[in-house]
Amino acid sequence: MLSYLQRLGRTGLDVAAGFGRAGILLAQAVWGPIDWRYGPGLLLRQLHFVGVYSLIIIVVSGVLIGMVLALQGYTVLVRFGAESALGQMVSLTLLRELGPVVAALLFAGRAGSALTAEIGLMKTTEQLAAMEMIGVDPLRRVARPRLLAGIIAMPILAQVFNMVAILGAVGVGVSWLGVDAGSFWSNMQQSVELGEDVMNGVIKAFAFGVVVTWIAVFEGFDAEPTPEGISTATTRTVVYSSLAVLAMDFLLTAIMFGVD
Amino acid sequence: MQSRSIEISVGAFILLGIVALSFLVIQVSGLTFADARRDTYQLSAQFNTVAGLAPRAKVMVAGVTIGRVTEIHIDPVSVRAVVDMAIDKNVDYLTADSIASIKTAGVLGEQYVSIAVGASEDILKGGDRIRDTQSAMILEDLIGKFVTNFGDKK
Amino acid sequence: MSTNCVELRGLTFSRGQRVILDSLDIDIPRGKITAILGPSGCGKTTLLRLIGSQLRPDQGSILFEGTDISRLRRQELFVLRERMGMLFQSGALFTDLSVFENVAFPLRLHTDLPESMIRDLVLIKLHAVGLRGARDLMPAELSGGMSRRAALARAIILDPELIMYDEPFVGQDPIFAGVLRDLIKRINEAMGCTCIIVSHDIAETVSISDYMYVLSEGRIIGQGAPDAVMNSDDARVRQFLQGLPDGPVPFHYPAPDYRSDLQLEEM
Repeated sequence: MLSYLQRLGRTGLDVAAGFGRAGILLAQAVWGPIDWRYGPGLLLRQLHFVGVYSLIIIVVSGVLIGMVLALQGYTVLVRFGAESALGQMVSLTLLRELGPVVAALLFAGRAGSALTAEIGLMKTTEQLAAMEMIGVDPLRRVARPRLLAGIIAMPILAQVFNMVAILGAVGVGVSWLGVDAGSFWSNMQQSVELGEDVMNGVIKAFAFGVVVTWIAVFEGFDAEPTPEGISTATTRTVVYSSLAVLAMDFLLTAIMFGVD
Repeated sequence: MQSRSIEISVGAFILLGIVALSFLVIQVSGLTFADARRDTYQLSAQFNTVAGLAPRAKVMVAGVTIGRVTEIHIDPVSVRAVVDMAIDKNVDYLTADSIASIKTAGVLGEQYVSIAVGASEDILKGGDRIRDTQSAMILEDLIGKFVTNFGDKK
Repeated sequence: MSTNCVELRGLTFSRGQRVILDSLDIDIPRGKITAILGPSGCGKTTLLRLIGSQLRPDQGSILFEGTDISRLRRQELFVLRERMGMLFQSGALFTDLSVFENVAFPLRLHTDLPESMIRDLVLIKLHAVGLRGARDLMPAELSGGMSRRAALARAIILDPELIMYDEPFVGQDPIFAGVLRDLIKRINEAMGCTCIIVSHDIAETVSISDYMYVLSEGRIIGQGAPDAVMNSDDARVRQFLQGLPDGPVPFHYPAPDYRSDLQLEEM
């Protein structure tokens, strides 16, 4: 019993220490002067690595999810003769919840894990240590552009996801199931608010971008420098960032749309 | 050469993000900015019951949206519901004898305030009250009446 | 000023409960090649990390040219490290940069030289390690020996006062080991820099070093000129240098009696 309590306490302390290390990493990576010697090339390369490479999975999943939403929504709504509200249902679901959340989960799986693995590999092959010996702070040169790139890329990916998903829903709803295109769009436009729905979705995506890349970069730096260590760190990135995204989504939804 | 292709693809990526956002803003939200930002004036109306009307519900004339409900509260003296509405500035044809009624869009649709314009010379200005109102029809009451009438006949 | 480039005094470092280095006193004479030998896991790499101040000691001081580097702050360390070069065990070339850019990396960071001069300097160093023709290759395209030589060119590009070699000969075929050995010697003579070689490869190391330390379990068990250490009477030193399977370092991991473990008693 006592040893169980002790173990619980130790786990708690480990978790607290982990949060501390992650916080220190973020602070050290973000604070401090911008080093122009690195130029914009590093950020561009990371945007390419994190953003452009994630585009395919985001677009394909977006179209499919939009199509499924339209199909499911239609079968429910048509019973009440309210299938013209399909556009409203699909767009609100996507903009408020599904878009940012699913895009963030895909982003964690695609880009987050790749970031962790890349940084972990750099650590294992002593590249980070070599940077330190050359006199470069790896937090500034490795962590900072990756964090920035993730934070920039995530809102973009989420909006692209929303767009292709709505287009996918149009494809199924209008072209296949025969919902009137005019009422589809006008219903959507009447119920979607720019500030409330579109912008809150952007804010959510931004917040998720911060959390997912932060976890990914931190896990990379914190990985045991062994092949095994990299693989556990990669797994941890995906698990932790998915959980963090879902938990934050609930919090943000409660703040943004909750009863006041 | 390799860095150039990266620059191009990242540029295209960011451009795609802008396209997606403008699509959402223009095509999906129909660019309906928050109401407070538009030029409006305030009208109010008292109803016996608002039954289901909510803030941000539409205010319509002949089926065209001209404003939104901003607040619903109760008047402690008359114990009637007071509905405050923000009406677009360019709507300057609401006469003093207009009739405000609460209606429902379709059987399951949302409730909105419909204003029927009268023939008076006086035009309503900011802060005025619409005198003539018709309260919301409450389905339960209707059914109740119908059942009692039906019972009486027998 | 003393004749030592690096002086370690009472250096202690432990990881968790395990003491890795136990109050070491080591002097690294300036301009000489000093070898630190010892079996795997005796804390040699940790020692280099401590001198490079990537790790902080629990106790003791590390003097580099008179400055105690274990007391410096993070940003001061980055400045100080420009005077040190380190060849990592795996080479540690940056995988996203070509060989040329890898070698040019420290120059671009720490100097404002014009591009043409950077090019010349990089080509001189690449020529010295025999990889002038491989400048446009990516690290993934290099063999193990080549990437270590490219990393060596990077380590010496700023003409450091101190170069540390972490297991330079490990996993190299005899030709490359020989090439590397000659390179280390030539760099030492040409640049007059201080060298520390950490290794368990006795033959290659002894042939070029001026002074030797033998480490075991975090302590110094032998030191002196290579000849003197090779002929040492100390049993532990002899076991390590001659590669005897059993001796003060036992072959068997501590275990209960063999016969009783096999439960042969009743028979």
